[in-house]
Amino acid sequence: MSPIVKLNNVSKSFGSLHVLQGVSFDVAAGSVVAIIGRSGSGKSTALRCINGLEKINSGEITVCNHHLHHDVTRAQLRALHLDVGIVFQSYNLFPHLTVGQNIMLAPRWVRKQSKSEAHEHAAEVLRKVGLAEKFDAYPEQLSGGQQQRVAIARSLAMEPKLMLFDEVTSALDPELTGEVLKVMESLARDGMTMVLVTHEMAFAKGVADKIVFMHQGRVWEEGGGEMLSAPQTPELRQFVGNGL
Amino acid sequence: MTYTFDFSFLAEYWPQLLKGLVQTAQLSLLSIIFGFLLGTLLAIGRTAQSKLLRRICAIYVEAIRNTPLLVQMFMIYFGLASVGFKLSAEFCAVLAIVINVSSYTCEIMRAGIESVRKGQREASDCLGLTWLQSLFLVVLPPATERVYPALVSQFILIMLATSLVSQISAEELTSTAARIDSMTFRSFEIYTVVALIYIGLAFVFRLGFWALSRLVFPRLRRLGTPL
Ligand SMILES: Nc1ncnc2c1ncn2[C@@H]1O[C@H](COP(=O)(O)OP(=O)(O)O)[C@@H](O)[C@H]1O
Ligand SMILES: [Mg+2]
Repeated sequence: MSPIVKLNNVSKSFGSLHVLQGVSFDVAAGSVVAIIGRSGSGKSTALRCINGLEKINSGEITVCNHHLHHDVTRAQLRALHLDVGIVFQSYNLFPHLTVGQNIMLAPRWVRKQSKSEAHEHAAEVLRKVGLAEKFDAYPEQLSGGQQQRVAIARSLAMEPKLMLFDEVTSALDPELTGEVLKVMESLARDGMTMVLVTHEMAFAKGVADKIVFMHQGRVWEEGGGEMLSAPQTPELRQFVGNGL
Repeated sequence: MTYTFDFSFLAEYWPQLLKGLVQTAQLSLLSIIFGFLLGTLLAIGRTAQSKLLRRICAIYVEAIRNTPLLVQMFMIYFGLASVGFKLSAEFCAVLAIVINVSSYTCEIMRAGIESVRKGQREASDCLGLTWLQSLFLVVLPPATERVYPALVSQFILIMLATSLVSQISAEELTSTAARIDSMTFRSFEIYTVVALIYIGLAFVFRLGFWALSRLVFPRLRRLGTPL
């Protein structure tokens, strides 16, 4: 089966700062890939390039049959966004809308679902993340963990083929982290293709089919969960030494 | 120094004052509505991607904000007349005030738009919303809610500034007062009454804007907290 995401020799710089320097990796359909690495190693940038939030300078990215290169158009990006969902560290819920309205916004305006259809669907994804009773609450009335689960539900409501997660638990304390990870684990069990940047080594080891260790804008090492117990490079050895 | 107050003119002239009040309210509302719309468009322009568009909007705003409203009004009223457009004083008055208030509204709305974090726009883009949908569904509502108190202050100022249009003989409360004054010579009393009417009108406007905020900002209505 051909991969759902394929990065081929992708480079990206901000001015003179070379953040990605020839990054290549694949994500197989239905698999979970965890990107780990030190802060500043380019993990978020790699993820953001996958759904076009950052334009790449060279190389090629294929995502769900969309081809991204350095001069991708707005229309191509919009088409891509219909297939790819992303969840951010800072939730980015819309503060003026209720939980239900946050979730229904895109299905209503983008997928043109009827109000009742969108409502029913929103209630369903909200149930999936364990927050059925929060439909009419506003984001500010929720804990960080609950807000993050709503953000996941909002993405799910668009029925993406691929979900990206950028350090979605980094702003949360351990208890709230647990409830968000549980939701992600159940998504993985349901067969959702996921790429996640994470600092939760135990989670990466337990859930990911593949782990990509990034260092200085390069894929330094990649492999299965066992890679963390037997690092090949001194950089990864040092990283897991600090992390575990 | 003795001065005997004499408010007896009110018996005869209150219907005219009432008419002036209604005209001032109409003038103000029209100016506020169109000034807000134009100001919001300008704010969108000032925060747009296109550098040229940002420049043009900035020049307009700075030009308007650095000239007196009265001068703008004279330019429009006498200026347009001398190049052959014969427009009513009331129309010119609204036009001048709209142009004036739009520049201030632009700056207020720009602050609101800039208060919406980049991540909000990214999230709506990633959900597949178009640029226009993001603008109207995700950016402008919280932007407006955040700067609403500043907008209301600006709108009340504009309501008071409509008194300037008496200078181009447009019909409203202050020009009505001036006419009554010229017939009765009770200046102090008349302008005292008119000042009280303005206070009353400002109060009604504030009440109206408060009610409007509860209508258009459901989150505010339910939680009462600042966004
Ligand atoms: N928009 C940007 N402009 C300039 N530099 C950026 C931008 N985004 C990220 N960077 C820089 O790129 C490098 C990698 O960032 P990032 O991908 O966020 O790393 P990570 O997620 O692994 O911590 C950092 O040095 C960061 O400062
Ligand atoms: Mg990051």
